[in-house]
Amino acid sequence: MQISGAQMVIEAFIAEGVDTVFGYPGGAIMNVYDEIYKQNGFQHILNRHEQASIHAAEGYAKASGKVGVAMITSGPGFTNAVTGLADAYMDSIPLVVVSGQVPMSLIGTDGFQEIDAIGISRPCTKHNYLVTDAADLPRILKEAFYIARTGRPGPVHVDIPKDVTAQIAEFDYSVELQLETYKPHTKGSPRQIKKAMDAIAKASRPLFYLGGGIINANAAYEVREFVEKTGIPAVETFMARGVLSADNELLVGMLGMHGSYAANMAMSETDLVIGLGVRFDDRVTGKLSEFAKNADVIHVDIDPASISKLVNADFPIVGDVKNVVNDMLEQVSKVDSDNYESWRETISNFAELHPLTFHEDTDRLKPQWVIKRVGELLGDSANISTDVGQHQMWSAQFYPFSRPRQFISSGGLGTMGFGFPAALGVKMAMPEKTSINFTGDGSILMNVQELMTAVEKKIPVINIILNNNFLGMVRQWQTLFYDKRHSETDLSVQPDFVKLSEAFGGIGYRVKTKEEFDAALKDAVEKNVVAFIEVIVERMENVMPMVPAGGSLFNMMLLEKKETK
Amino acid sequence: MSDNSERRVVSVIVVNEASVLSRITNLFSGRGYNITSLTVAPIPDSKYSRLTIVTAGSVRVIEQITKQLHKLIPVLRVYEHEDIVEKEMALVKFPITENITDIDTLCQAYNGKIVNVGENVIIAMVADESKRVENFLKAIKRYNPKEIVRSGAVALER
Repeated sequence: MQISGAQMVIEAFIAEGVDTVFGYPGGAIMNVYDEIYKQNGFQHILNRHEQASIHAAEGYAKASGKVGVAMITSGPGFTNAVTGLADAYMDSIPLVVVSGQVPMSLIGTDGFQEIDAIGISRPCTKHNYLVTDAADLPRILKEAFYIARTGRPGPVHVDIPKDVTAQIAEFDYSVELQLETYKPHTKGSPRQIKKAMDAIAKASRPLFYLGGGIINANAAYEVREFVEKTGIPAVETFMARGVLSADNELLVGMLGMHGSYAANMAMSETDLVIGLGVRFDDRVTGKLSEFAKNADVIHVDIDPASISKLVNADFPIVGDVKNVVNDMLEQVSKVDSDNYESWRETISNFAELHPLTFHEDTDRLKPQWVIKRVGELLGDSANISTDVGQHQMWSAQFYPFSRPRQFISSGGLGTMGFGFPAALGVKMAMPEKTSINFTGDGSILMNVQELMTAVEKKIPVINIILNNNFLGMVRQWQTLFYDKRHSETDLSVQPDFVKLSEAFGGIGYRVKTKEEFDAALKDAVEKNVVAFIEVIVERMENVMPMVPAGGSLFNMMLLEKKETK
Repeated sequence: MSDNSERRVVSVIVVNEASVLSRITNLFSGRGYNITSLTVAPIPDSKYSRLTIVTAGSVRVIEQITKQLHKLIPVLRVYEHEDIVEKEMALVKFPITENITDIDTLCQAYNGKIVNVGENVIIAMVADESKRVENFLKAIKRYNPKEIVRSGAVALER
């Protein structure tokens, strides 16, 4: 059929099964918004800032496993979205982001709201396109969705000049993809898999190192089976929280800078690392030369560039984690779980020596208590988003995650302001679950305008603001490494968070005690409208344990031992 | 660059489309890799172009460069060459007052010749291995070259 470029965008979205688009209109994208007005194939959520649109699409994608979609205008609309693109790129989140561009005749003339968008998005997207002819649009949009969701997922940006959205051309979405140069390798080499399984059978202290790639590959339940059948202990990265259920006895804990003592010691003592969907990030490994020093490394990842990038892999396996783990499960009888009995005991001794805990030794509430408490009260019925900082690490440490896609956070880029809009996207994707955003008094102000989106579209996200009147994580580093010079991190001057939420039409609570917190959370869940629960917490609490940046995993700063009350 | 950094020639076959070159150069600059020289031209009778990149780095860095190049969507193939025939061209402009016979003899030793003689200048070309081109450029210093242009290396696997 002969339709305009703008109509093609709508038709392609519908053909891809898109049900929710996050975005913000503007001059160069108006033709497409005109078509959005006329259609009813999907709903459009108007965020109040383009960065929030991308984060909302990320939250939607991470919770649903589908491609997230966002739409923005040229110039400032696009540049506002760049942080979101970079965030999605770092965390391998599948997105298709469509931006308007000035008409072709104005490109290169410094036209109004013109910016070299694909020049800017190139290093922070998996791929990008500038569409110069509407006849190319069906193919480009189809490629964009395909590239975003296959291989190592990531954001794809499609920049469309205004005149191209008005141009009429043939639309046929059944076009065959001709991506001769893009063929992700999804099947692991049988020879390598056999070698890896033999190595596992021979190892005496093997350790699973589980990463976010498992969630992207929808392989968590296969991995659970693999862990159960082998009896091999497992550590999770921050991005992998929920791959194993928190009550799984083989789950040692989270690894890395704020990982548990047991997890980091296990990694330091293991003789065989079984890395699944991981990328050996510096926040995970600490000092590289000391990381799993005595171990051979099995590394399974869909991205060949992740393998042997930082740590040499003795058994490199390029492939989709789900396929590879299924292949490994076929040979699982080689592995005798009883062989690892003493290794499991060693690890449980580590856990007993320095358990992951905190002291309730102040009058003020402890932030860790709040997170644990939400876990007790809501548990599996909530999805947890976070912003970035101390509250983020405490969430990863203390929330009892029970399933993949339950924990949504900005891992690689560490984007403050991610949590609230992401939680909106999460709620849109999984409306039956309560959508919680753990945030701090610093982070929440970075996308606080989303209160308006949440009120207008009736998206009941509960923001739990752990208020310590500090930019807490930076303050912690200043306390520990900068001789307590708290440069520009004291956030004593603050808005009234309750009134702030109410001003937009949301609800707010300010709580100081356990009883008040329980009551506020219960009320917020029942009221089912967007809420701020501001919790006044201990100001100087540090995230512990901690591996100082560049230090070795076995050399942790630990929580002071005290008698618990 | 670390001590064990070595010179490497990498060939990349890419779809001949808009902005593909900037994808490649962005990757090098964004990840802190070196480009010593880069040549690019379409492959006859195909929709592809061939880039020849001379770079330097440790074994691990070169491996990363190869893998990261592969990740770019329009990249069809990456060859990290071991056994290659490599040539580079240089054009040199001399004042007309220099000894044309000497220059011509020197050029011939480096697989070249004088290609243009004008009112004021002599232009000579050589085509040889990059290292030999460098030697040639040293040897001609005494003839007061006014301008030198190097093409960057092109290479083919044996």
